Amino acid sequence: MLYAFVLIVMQTVVLLAVAPLIVGLIRKVKARLQCRRGAAVFQPYADLIKLFRKQPVVSSTTSWIFTATPYILFASTLAAGLLVPVFMSTTPLNFAGNIIALVYLLALGTFFLMLAGLDAGSAFGGMGSSREAIVASLTEPAMMLSIFAIALTAGSTNLSTIVHKTALLEGIVTDPSPHLMAFAALVIVAIAETGRVPVDNPATHLELTMIHEAMILEYSGRYLALVEWAAGLKLLVFLTLIANVSAPWGIATSMEPAALGIGLATYLVKVSGLAVLIGFLESMFAKLRLFRVTDLLGTAFVLALLGLVFFYVLRG
Amino acid sequence: MLNLLWILLGGYAIGILLPLCLPRRPKAQIITTTAPAIVTTSAGVVVGLLGLTSSEPATGSLASTIPLLTFAIRLDPLAAFFVLTISLVGLAASIYAIGYIRHFDGRASVPTLGSLFNGFLLSMTLVVLADNGFFFLMVWELMSLLSYFLVVTEHEKAEVRYAGLFYLIMTHVGTAFIVLAFLIFFQAGGSFAFEAFRHPAQTLPEGMKTIAFLMALIGFGTKAGIVPLHVWLPHAHPVAPSHISALMSGVMIKTAIYALIRVYFDFLGGQFPWWWGFVVLVIGAVSALLGVMYALMEHDLKSLLAYHSVENIGIILLGIGAGMMFQTYELKEFAALGLLAGLYHTINHAMFKALLFLGAGSLLYATHTRNMEEYGGLLRRMPWTGACFLIGAVSIAALPPTNGFVSEWLVFQSLFLSFHIPDTFLKLMLPLAAAMLALTGALALACFAKAFGISFLALPRSTHARHAGEVPIPMRIGMALLATVCVALGLGPMVVVPLLDRVVAPFTGVSIEGQVLALDGWALATVNVEFSSLSPPILAMLLTVLSMLGLGIVAAFGGLVRRRYYKTWGCGINLTPRMEYTATGFVQPIKRVFSSIYQPTVKLETEFLQESQYFAKRRRFEFHVEPIFQKYLYDPVLAFVTALAGRLRVIQAGSLHLYLAYIFVTLIVLLLFAV
Repeated sequence: MLYAFVLIVMQTVVLLAVAPLIVGLIRKVKARLQCRRGAAVFQPYADLIKLFRKQPVVSSTTSWIFTATPYILFASTLAAGLLVPVFMSTTPLNFAGNIIALVYLLALGTFFLMLAGLDAGSAFGGMGSSREAIVASLTEPAMMLSIFAIALTAGSTNLSTIVHKTALLEGIVTDPSPHLMAFAALVIVAIAETGRVPVDNPATHLELTMIHEAMILEYSGRYLALVEWAAGLKLLVFLTLIANVSAPWGIATSMEPAALGIGLATYLVKVSGLAVLIGFLESMFAKLRLFRVTDLLGTAFVLALLGLVFFYVLRG
Repeated sequence: MLNLLWILLGGYAIGILLPLCLPRRPKAQIITTTAPAIVTTSAGVVVGLLGLTSSEPATGSLASTIPLLTFAIRLDPLAAFFVLTISLVGLAASIYAIGYIRHFDGRASVPTLGSLFNGFLLSMTLVVLADNGFFFLMVWELMSLLSYFLVVTEHEKAEVRYAGLFYLIMTHVGTAFIVLAFLIFFQAGGSFAFEAFRHPAQTLPEGMKTIAFLMALIGFGTKAGIVPLHVWLPHAHPVAPSHISALMSGVMIKTAIYALIRVYFDFLGGQFPWWWGFVVLVIGAVSALLGVMYALMEHDLKSLLAYHSVENIGIILLGIGAGMMFQTYELKEFAALGLLAGLYHTINHAMFKALLFLGAGSLLYATHTRNMEEYGGLLRRMPWTGACFLIGAVSIAALPPTNGFVSEWLVFQSLFLSFHIPDTFLKLMLPLAAAMLALTGALALACFAKAFGISFLALPRSTHARHAGEVPIPMRIGMALLATVCVALGLGPMVVVPLLDRVVAPFTGVSIEGQVLALDGWALATVNVEFSSLSPPILAMLLTVLSMLGLGIVAAFGGLVRRRYYKTWGCGINLTPRMEYTATGFVQPIKRVFSSIYQPTVKLETEFLQESQYFAKRRRFEFHVEPIFQKYLYDPVLAFVTALAGRLRVIQAGSLHLYLAYIFVTLIVLLLFAV
C-alpha cells in the first residue's frame, strides 16, 4: 500500500516535471529548423514560475467557472496521466480506469475549458470553444476505433495490461499490421487532440486560426500557468501513450529500483524522440483550414477501421 | 409487501380526488395538490427498494365483470426497478411543483393540474405493475391520455394545441401496434394474463414471433421516441409544464423500455434470431446520433432537452441490443452485461434528464422565455439553479466521475466484447456502433457546453435575463434532490450493480454481480479486472486530491496573490452582449461539417446604404434545418391518407337509404361467415 503510494507520487512528479521540458524541446527544434537559436529548452519552467508570481487579472463578467476551470483542467489531465504506464508497465492506479476513462477524463477538462472560453463574454473565447467543439467531436470516433483495434490485439482495454503484454511481446508480433494502422490513426488523433499543427497552432494569436489559444485568451497569472501546464501535460500523456503502447521496450516490468531506473531513462529518451518528431512535423506542414480538418480526421477513422478489418481477416 | 402496494395506489387516488374536493384557496390548493404526491412517491421509493431486494415477487388481483380483464398487479424486480425510478423522479417533481405551480396561477386550473399530475404518476406506476394484457393496455391508454391533457395545459396557445394533437395521434398509432402484438400473444396463450403470455415460445410459429417483435418495436418505440418515430417528442415535451416535462422525458418514455424488456426477454423468453438484436442496435445507434445532432441545432432549451431524450433512448437501446445479440449466441454473461448497462443508463437518464428539465423550468420561471439566445449571465443571478444544471449537464455529457459516464462506460464495454461473437459481420458492426456512440458522446459534450455556456455564463443577453432572480426554495430542493441522486448513482455503482443484477438475472439465467464488481466493490469490471476496470469513487478522490495539489502548487510557487478584476478586452470598445458568441454561432462549424444531414437553408438579405455598397444598413438572417423525416416520411404518408379519405367519401353520399343498405349487406356477409 505504501509502496503503491510512493509509486503514484513518483509518477506524478515525473509527469509534472517532464511536461514543460517537452514543450521547450519542441520549441527548440522548431526554432533550429527556422535557423533561429531559440530560447533554452528549460525556458517553459521559467515561464511557469514567472506566471505563478504574477497578479492575475480576471474579467469582471465571469463567474466561478472561470477561476475553477484551471484547477479542474489541471486535475483531470494529471489524473488521466496517472492511468497511463509511464516508466513502469503496471501503474498502481491501473484499476481506477481503462483507456475509455482516460479519453473521458481528458474530455472533462475540454468541457470546462470550453465553458471558460464562453464565460468572459468576448467573441474570441466563444470562437475558440466553438472550434474546439467540432475538432473534439470529430476526433472521438477515430480515437474509439483505434483504441478498439489496439485493445483487440492486446486482449484488454486496460492500459497497463496492454503495455505489459506488448512489453513481454505477447499477442502482437504475429501480425503487427492492425496494430500499426491503429497506431497511425492514434498519432493523427493525438495531434488533433493536443492542438498541434496542422490542426491548431499553439504559437499563434491570430483570430482566424487559433483554437486553444482563443479559449484561454482571458487567462493570466497563476490561472494561465495552470492551463499552460495542463496543455503540456496533455501532450505528454498522448506521447506517453503512443510511446508505451507501440514500443514499450525498456519499460520496467518489475518493481526493482534498477529496472525502474532503466525504465525512467528509456522513457525520457522515447518521449524526447517523439517531441523532436513533432517539432519536425510542425515545421514541415502548414496549418489546415478548419473545414479541411475533417479530411484529416476522416483519414484517421478509416485507418483505424482498416486496422480492425485486418485484425479479423488475418485472424479469420 | 402487497399492503404497501395498495397503500401506494390508494395514495395516488387520494392525490387525484383531494384537490378537486377541497376549498379553492390558492395556499390550500398548493398543499392539497402536492402533499399527497410527496408522501406517496416517498412510499413508492420504499416499495421499489423492497421489491428489488425481496426474493419473491408480490402479486395481487381484483376480478372484474368485463370478460378477459382482471386487475392483476405483480411486483417483480424489473417492475420494482421502474417503480423506484418513477417514484424518485415523481418525488422531486412534486416538491418542485410547490414553488413552480404558482407560475400557473390564473393561467390554468391549479387543482386540475394537481389532480392530473397524481393521475399521471398512478398510471405510470400501474403500467409497470400490470400483470394482465388487457389491464396493461387500459392503463397504457390512461397514461397517454393523461399526459396529453397535461401537455395541453396552456391550450390557449396554438403551438401547444398542435403539439398535443400530434402527440395524441402518434401515441394512438403506437398503441394500435401494441394491441396487435398483444393479440398475437393472446391467440397463442388463450388468456390475457401475462403468465399465459410468458410461454408462447413453444406454441408460436417463427413468423408470428417475428411479427410480434416488430409490432412491439414500433408500438413501444413510438412512445420511447426512437428515430424515425421520434417526431412528436420535440413538439410535445417542451410545451408541457416543466415538472411534467421532467416526468414525461425522465420516466414516461422509459415505460416503453420497460415494456420492450418485458416482451423480448420475459414473454419471448429471450430466444431470438441474431437480427433482432441487430435491428435494435442499429435503431439505437441511429437514434443516439440523430438525436444529439438535432439537439445541437435547437435553441429552445426544452426542445434541446427533448431531442437529447431521443439520444439517450438510443444509448439505452445500444446496451439492450448488444444484450439481445449476446443472448442469441448463448453468451449469457455478456447478455446480462448489455442489459444491465441499458438499465443503468435508464435510471441515470431519468435522473439527469428530469433534473435538466426542472432546471429549464426554473429558467423559464425566472426569465419567461425558453429561447437560449435571451439567457446569459444566469449563473451569477441563480447560483443554485446553475450549480444543479451544471451537475445535470456534466452527467448527460457522460464525464467522469458522474453517473452518465459510468453507464456509458458499461455500454462501451458491452460493445467491445463483440469479438466473442462468432460472426465476422457483427464483429465489425459492433465496433462501428461504438464509434457512433463515441461521436454521440462528443457531440453531446459540445451541445451541453453550448446549453450551459450560452445560458448561464457571460453577460445577460436580454432584459429578462438581467432581472432574473433565484427561484423559490421548494424548486431548489427538487433540483438538489435529483442532483444528489445523480452524484450518488455515479459514485456508488457498488450499490447499484447488485440491485440491477437482481433485475437482469431472471432473464439471462446468470448472476454477474461477482464479475462486474471487482476489488471488494471498489471497481467495476467486465469479464475480469485484467480486461477492463473502472473505479468511479477512486477517480473522484483522485480528481479532488489533484485539484488540491494544484492549489498547493499555486500557494507554494507564487502565493495566493489577490486577483484584480477588470473588464474583458473588447478590442478597444466596451463589451456588450451583442459581441458575445450566440448559440447559433457556436454550432455553425458543426452545422457546416454535417450539412448533408441538416440540409440547412440559409437566407441572408442585406439592405445597403444608397451611397455605398460597402456599408450595410440592415441585415436579415434566417436559417432552417430541413426536417428530413417530416418531409420524406410523414408528409407522403399524410398525403396518402388524405387522398384515400377523399376517395372513401364517395361511399358517404349522405343518403339514409344507402347507409341502411350498407348495414344490410354487412349483416348478410357476417352471417355468411358465421355459417
